[in-house]
Amino acid sequence: IFGYSKSIRSVLKFSYHKHSTMSINKVLVGVKRVVDYAVKIRVSPDKSGVDLSNVKMSMNPFCEIAVEEAVRLKEAKKAGEVIAVSIGPKQCSETLRTALAMGCDRAIHVTTDLRTDYMQLQPLATAQLFQKVAEAEQPDLVLMGKQGIDSDAGQTGPMLAALLGWPQATFAAKVEPVGDGLVVERETDSGTETISIPKLPAVVTCDLRLNEPRYATLPNIMKAKKKKVDVMDAAEMGVDLTAKNEVLEVYDPPPRKEGIVVGSVDELVDKLKNEAGLIQ
Amino acid sequence: MFPLRVGASKLVGRSSAATARHRMTATTMSAISVRDASTLVVAEPTKDGAVSASTLSAITAAVQLDGGTGKIALLSLSDGSHPPVDATSLPSEVQSILQAKLDGDSGALLAETVAEAVKAAAECGTFTHVVAASSKFGANFIPRAGALLGVSPVPDVVEILGEDTFVRPIYAGNALAKVKATDAPLKMISIRPTAFEKADASTGSSAAVTDLEVPSQSLTEWTGESVSKSDRPDLGSASVVVSGGRGMKSGDNFPILESLADKLGGAVGASRAAVDAGFVPNDLQVGQTGKVVAPDLYIAAGISGAIQHLSGMKDSKTIVAINKDPEAPIFQVADYGLVEDLFKAVPELTEKV
Repeated sequence: IFGYSKSIRSVLKFSYHKHSTMSINKVLVGVKRVVDYAVKIRVSPDKSGVDLSNVKMSMNPFCEIAVEEAVRLKEAKKAGEVIAVSIGPKQCSETLRTALAMGCDRAIHVTTDLRTDYMQLQPLATAQLFQKVAEAEQPDLVLMGKQGIDSDAGQTGPMLAALLGWPQATFAAKVEPVGDGLVVERETDSGTETISIPKLPAVVTCDLRLNEPRYATLPNIMKAKKKKVDVMDAAEMGVDLTAKNEVLEVYDPPPRKEGIVVGSVDELVDKLKNEAGLIQ
Repeated sequence: MFPLRVGASKLVGRSSAATARHRMTATTMSAISVRDASTLVVAEPTKDGAVSASTLSAITAAVQLDGGTGKIALLSLSDGSHPPVDATSLPSEVQSILQAKLDGDSGALLAETVAEAVKAAAECGTFTHVVAASSKFGANFIPRAGALLGVSPVPDVVEILGEDTFVRPIYAGNALAKVKATDAPLKMISIRPTAFEKADASTGSSAAVTDLEVPSQSLTEWTGESVSKSDRPDLGSASVVVSGGRGMKSGDNFPILESLADKLGGAVGASRAAVDAGFVPNDLQVGQTGKVVAPDLYIAAGISGAIQHLSGMKDSKTIVAINKDPEAPIFQVADYGLVEDLFKAVPELTEKV
C-alpha cells in the first residue's frame, strides 16, 4: 500500500472474507463526538470559540442513524463487517464503544486533539483522513451522518465521495441494496427523489427519517469492551490538517428584542395590525 | 483585488491526469466575456427555466463579493426536464452565462454531474469565487465540486465581510464564526438564502451565452421523485409562515394552520417533532437540519421552541407563539406570545385577521 504511513500498515490487517453473494461485504461508518444536542452552548468571552469545558458530549444524532442503518443491513444479512470510524481526542473511544455496543464489529480511532467543531479540523481534511482509511480497508459502503450538529457543515460525505471517485447519495431517507448497487430515496428541497447507484462502492449520508436508532443495552456495552479498536494518529497519515477556512473569531448572534405576552387573540390581531404593521 | 490572469491549466491545483481526462473546450469557446468574469453563480435548475428565489439571493451575494464591477457569470444547468435559464429573467448584473446541457432527463439534479459541470466551468474562466445557495440541492453538489477542485467551500454564509472573509453560523446558529478563506486563487461559498435579499430580476440581463461541455458520468441514475404539490408560496421564501409542532397532535389537524396560512398568503411549516411523528412530510421541516426561514411573520402553533427549531426561524422579523404551556421556551423568542389552546386560538385568529 504505497504512500501510507507505517502506522496504518502495521495497524490495519488485511481482512479475509469468505466469498459471499453479498455485494456489501464491508461497511465503514463515520461517528462523530459532538456537543450533546440538548446542551445550551456558551461562547467564550474572548471570542476564541464555543466553551466545551465540562460540557456533555455524545454521538452526533445523524451518526447514530448511520450506525443503526449499517447494523440493520448486517442483521438482514445484506452487509458483512461493520467498522465504526471516529476522528478526535481520546474520549472518542467512548463514542466508538457506543457504536460497537449498537452492533458494529470493530472500530478505528484516528486520534487528534484538534477541535473538530469547524474550529481546526475541517471537512476537507476530515474527508482526506477517511479517504486514507477507506483506501486501506476497501469498504463497499461508507455511511455517515448528513451533518455534525456542531459545525453544521454537511460536507464530509460528498467530499469523501469526490476524493474516492465514488457515487454519493446525501440526505438518505431509505437505503435498499439492489443487485450490485443501491437504490436510495433522498430528501430534496421539495420532497424526495430516488437515486439508483448501479454499482458499489458508494458514500451515503443519513438523514432524520432513515431510521430510529436503538439504545445500546448494558449487556451489549459490556460485550463491546472486548471488540477491537485500532488506533492511529491523524498527524501521521499524510494529510494536511490545517484549516483552510481560518476561524478568526466566534461570537454570539445579536439578541432579539424582548417580546410581550398578549392576553387574547383580539389583542394579538391589534398588535399585528397597529404595532407590527403586518396586516391591514 | 483581482488575481493575475493565468492560463486555465494553472488555475487550480489539479493533477495532470485530471486535466487530460476532461476535454478542455476553452479554445473553442468565445470565452472573452467568461474570462472577464470573476464570480460564478451556480443557478438551481427549474422545471420552467425561471430563476429561483435562492438563485436570486446567490446573485446578490455575488454582487457583494464582486464589489460592483459587474463581472458575474451564471452557470445554467439544463437537461431534458430543466430548460436553460431565461436571461431576460436575470438581473442585469449577470454579464455572461455558461450553459451546460446535461444528460438525460435529470442530469442537472445529480451531484456527480453538477460537480463536473462546476469543475469544467471553473477551468474555463478566471473566477475568483464560485457562489451557490445552501439549499439541499446546493449542499449535495458544492462539497463534491470543492473536493474535485481542491477547495474548501465555506458553507451557509450569512454575511460577506470581504472577498475572503465570511460569517457563518455554527452550533445551530447559537454562535457565529467569522472565517477567512485561504484557498487561492479560487474560493467557493454557499450562501444562506434568507440572509441575502433577492436580486432585482426586472432589470433583465443581456448576457451572452457560451456553451460548456461537461463530461458525462454513470455513477448514479435519477429514477423519480415525490414532490409535495402546493399552490402556497415556497416555504423557504414566503413572507408569512404558519408552523405547527407536536401540539398539533395529528396531521389531520394541520388544515387549521393551512386556513390561517391561506388567509395570510403564507406557507405552512412544521417542527422536527411534527415531522418525526409523521404529521407532515419532511420538506415542511423548519430547523437546524431542515429549512432555515426568515419571513416577515412566523406563527408557531403548538411548538415548544427547542434550540434546533429556533435556529431555523429566529431571524424572522416578527414571531408569534401560540402554546398552552406558559413555560414553553418559544416564548423567549416570540415578539408576541399567546398562552392559549391553539385549537381555539388559531381558528379565532384566522377569522379575525
